[in-house]
Amino acid sequence: MYNMAHHQLDTQGLLCPMPVIKTQNKIKELAIGDTLEVVASDPGVMHDIPAWCRINGHTIVESSKEDRLCTILIEVCDS
Amino acid sequence: MAIQRKAIALLSGGLDSLLAVKVIQEQGILVEGVNFYTGFCVEGHTHAIRKKDEKKQKRNNALWSAELLGIKLNIVDISEEYKDIVINPKHGYGANLNPCLDCKIFMVEQANAMLNKARQLAVEGGFDFIITGEVIGQRPKSQRKETMPIIARESGADDRLLRPLCAQNLPATLPEREGWVDRDKMYDFSGRSRKPQMALAKKFGFEDYAQPAGGCCFLTDESYSKKLADLWSARGEKAYEIDDIMMLKMGRHIRPAPHYKLIVSREEGENNFMMGYRKQYPSIKITSHSGPLTLIDGTPSDDDLIYAAKIAGRFSKGRMEDEMTVEITKLGGVTTTHTIRPMRPEEVDQGWYV
Repeated sequence: MYNMAHHQLDTQGLLCPMPVIKTQNKIKELAIGDTLEVVASDPGVMHDIPAWCRINGHTIVESSKEDRLCTILIEVCDS
Repeated sequence: MAIQRKAIALLSGGLDSLLAVKVIQEQGILVEGVNFYTGFCVEGHTHAIRKKDEKKQKRNNALWSAELLGIKLNIVDISEEYKDIVINPKHGYGANLNPCLDCKIFMVEQANAMLNKARQLAVEGGFDFIITGEVIGQRPKSQRKETMPIIARESGADDRLLRPLCAQNLPATLPEREGWVDRDKMYDFSGRSRKPQMALAKKFGFEDYAQPAGGCCFLTDESYSKKLADLWSARGEKAYEIDDIMMLKMGRHIRPAPHYKLIVSREEGENNFMMGYRKQYPSIKITSHSGPLTLIDGTPSDDDLIYAAKIAGRFSKGRMEDEMTVEITKLGGVTTTHTIRPMRPEEVDQGWYV
């Protein structure tokens, strides 16, 4: 039985591609099945993080944008 | 069974690197991309900040290219190490403060380090060679016939550096001599014309691709370079922090005295972004009228801050009023309220604008 862990990453105030780089580097530390919630203020993440996930084989569980705050939930997959 | 060869590609997100990867993929080589973030990348930043660009497409072209090509992409933050390239370029600057040749050498060197690390560790699936989208004569500083061997030699990549778009104009590299790739299936592009690349893009079915005007780096921009030169001159040394180079992308820069300058936001998006920097810089907020947020860089005295507030007032709706109320917040967060007479537009010396 695996223990899936939930992690959070706050990238508010950073401009792309830094939120993508931080997400990429964080995911390298995580296990398959873990989830990572990324919070960002640069609306570019709504495009860039899903693109990075598609390229690298991770799954976007959900994403939302409210006011100026973007939240993306990623499931780490075997890539 | 033949060994599956792998290449690491410098993927900027522009057309040339996109095509270079495709040309090599067509020869059965597995390619992975690497993209380096220097802090000076034009892409996205101004669009992400400025309100008027809110509806513009915000995509990272390197990611977009990688997805189009079906390759993995590693984006690497080299902004700290890159400072030395900007401050002390061995091969000098281009038309502005763009150290293009040193930059290319540095990036190929970084890719070569990745290649060597994998080879030394005998990592399965390590890279065999490096590819770039360079074209002889495409760029006046870094992409010339005489600079091509300099990049290969000084990066340490030597003959493991392959430029598929102009390979036929250059001596054969290791991948060609070993038969990993067919030289005849690469190209002999040269010069500044983009027509051969556009024709090749059409052949591959690429209809939508990035065509950054003036390059992808703020350092090639004359206005940006002037601001960076001014920063170095005012501080008496060639040095910068990442926040400095972010601020150079932002607002109007006005230097009424050598020891401080104003950064006046130009619109709502910049205002919002600059709000996040109020703990790092003294700031001026106009409270009696609608107006921009102003940050002060340098070492202003109390009198300087009052003077700066008068200048900031010129950019508010109350610029022609006799009185205006402003809040000045110093480093450490102490805020004081002042009544000032805003400068009239003609009173702001044109020579102060950086």
